[in-house]
Amino acid sequence: MNHSISLTVNGARREFVLEDPRVTLLDLLRERLHLTGTKKGCDRGQCGACTILVDGKRINSCLALAISHDGADILTIEGVARGDQLHPVQAAFIAHDGFQCGFCTPGQIMSAIGMMSEAQAGNDPERVRECMSGNLCRCGAYAGIVDAVLDAQAGMDESNQRRSA
Amino acid sequence: MKQFDYVRPATVAEAVAAAAQPGAVYLAAGTNLLDLMKGGVSRPDRLVDVTHLDGLDRIERLADGGVRIGVLVSNADLAHDADFAKSYPAVAEALLSGASAQLRNAATVGGNLLQRTRCAYFYDTASRCNKREAGSGCDARDGENRTHAVLGWSENCIATHPSDFCVPLVALDAIVEIEGRNGRREIALDELHRLPGDTPERETAFEPGDLVVAVRLPAAARGFAARARYLKVRDRTSYAFAVVSAAAALRIENGKIAEARLALGGVAAKPWRARAAEDVLRNVAPTVDAFQEAARRALADAKPSGDNAFKIELARRIVVRALSLAVAGTPARIPALPASPFASTSGAIHA
Repeated sequence: MNHSISLTVNGARREFVLEDPRVTLLDLLRERLHLTGTKKGCDRGQCGACTILVDGKRINSCLALAISHDGADILTIEGVARGDQLHPVQAAFIAHDGFQCGFCTPGQIMSAIGMMSEAQAGNDPERVRECMSGNLCRCGAYAGIVDAVLDAQAGMDESNQRRSA
Repeated sequence: MKQFDYVRPATVAEAVAAAAQPGAVYLAAGTNLLDLMKGGVSRPDRLVDVTHLDGLDRIERLADGGVRIGVLVSNADLAHDADFAKSYPAVAEALLSGASAQLRNAATVGGNLLQRTRCAYFYDTASRCNKREAGSGCDARDGENRTHAVLGWSENCIATHPSDFCVPLVALDAIVEIEGRNGRREIALDELHRLPGDTPERETAFEPGDLVVAVRLPAAARGFAARARYLKVRDRTSYAFAVVSAAAALRIENGKIAEARLALGGVAAKPWRARAAEDVLRNVAPTVDAFQEAARRALADAKPSGDNAFKIELARRIVVRALSLAVAGTPARIPALPASPFASTSGAIHA
């Protein structure tokens, strides 16, 4: 039986017909929309490479059935920059060498963006490490990742202060 | 993954009818179920998706002073609900010590209760497992079993229940509201999970079609808010299941313990309420000696199921330390590393 669903992906509304209910959000993004920035690492919810935002919250897209997310608003790594202007978290990862091979990086960046909106970690490196523990980096670029997230967080705090001043 | 039919019921009654059919299972976030399906461990014929049902995602303060948590509330939303975290701090700390931020955002209250064991032999379909396939045998018994059960296990199964959330819940007398084919009923969380005995494939007190709709904490649970902690030892600092954990909650009056609550995680096929330990703590001063006696009572019936004798001594020490942390008082803010013995703000002197 075919199932029709609609999703908003990086601001654009998309309709899908699913011939098979087994497709995950991860496979839908990669195979149907060719948005291959979202990576398939473990495919079992252990590595975080597939992290996306669904309705503003970071989740593992490998453990989410597309059919169950009819109507959801999805943000992937392809949707965070404004044209050539990088998202502040993307810029901070470059500035701080927050990666080596780069495979986990889209998931790290989406997770960091989600983390900042959760507002639980602040500028505490220990809390940042804990709040980012769902994203593994097998190159071991953690020191740069934590620095990048703290830097991006500080930039966001500053711009928020400027806005409220 | 095996092919399945997907059903999205419009009402709870439709959901119960659809899930009562043989081979049907409920789907909430799917963070555990999809993992099991991808590995061929779970092979349902039909998924009944309850995530679109109305009214199951609310946290309600009840007139009697209790709280009612809808089954679809996410682990993250519950832990970060300011009023809930203040009233039931050990529950919030347990939630935040589990899984990763991504998983907590998706995973639901009901899914947490009903998640399956992480026994590696249960997950490995090439291994014998009485839980996965009744009567096939248990390869964990003579296998890698250092994290397996030390309480309530049987020769047929030595798996543990992996939930952190359930540990403080069972200590605080949580009640599970169930909608079934014969209407609404409720049971104590302590009676939801079964010990393995001769039927480890029967993990819960559920009948076909039963749907958890809410978890309730009675008014008395709030009385422990000032002194309640969850402490969890794991093989890595974050994003790991408990080797051993404990939830401890105390009410102190006039320098003595008026009431103690204690439960252990990672030690049995269910969250393990330690009532004998609670009894020895009534009307005594909260001293390390008293906590050590409570720990001794809590583990009195423990026995190793393999290479895990260390868990018994570890559990005793975790009990003493969790009680010591509880008596020191609930911290104003959950530590950076929730429930970790390495938390820099733990404030405890090692017992």
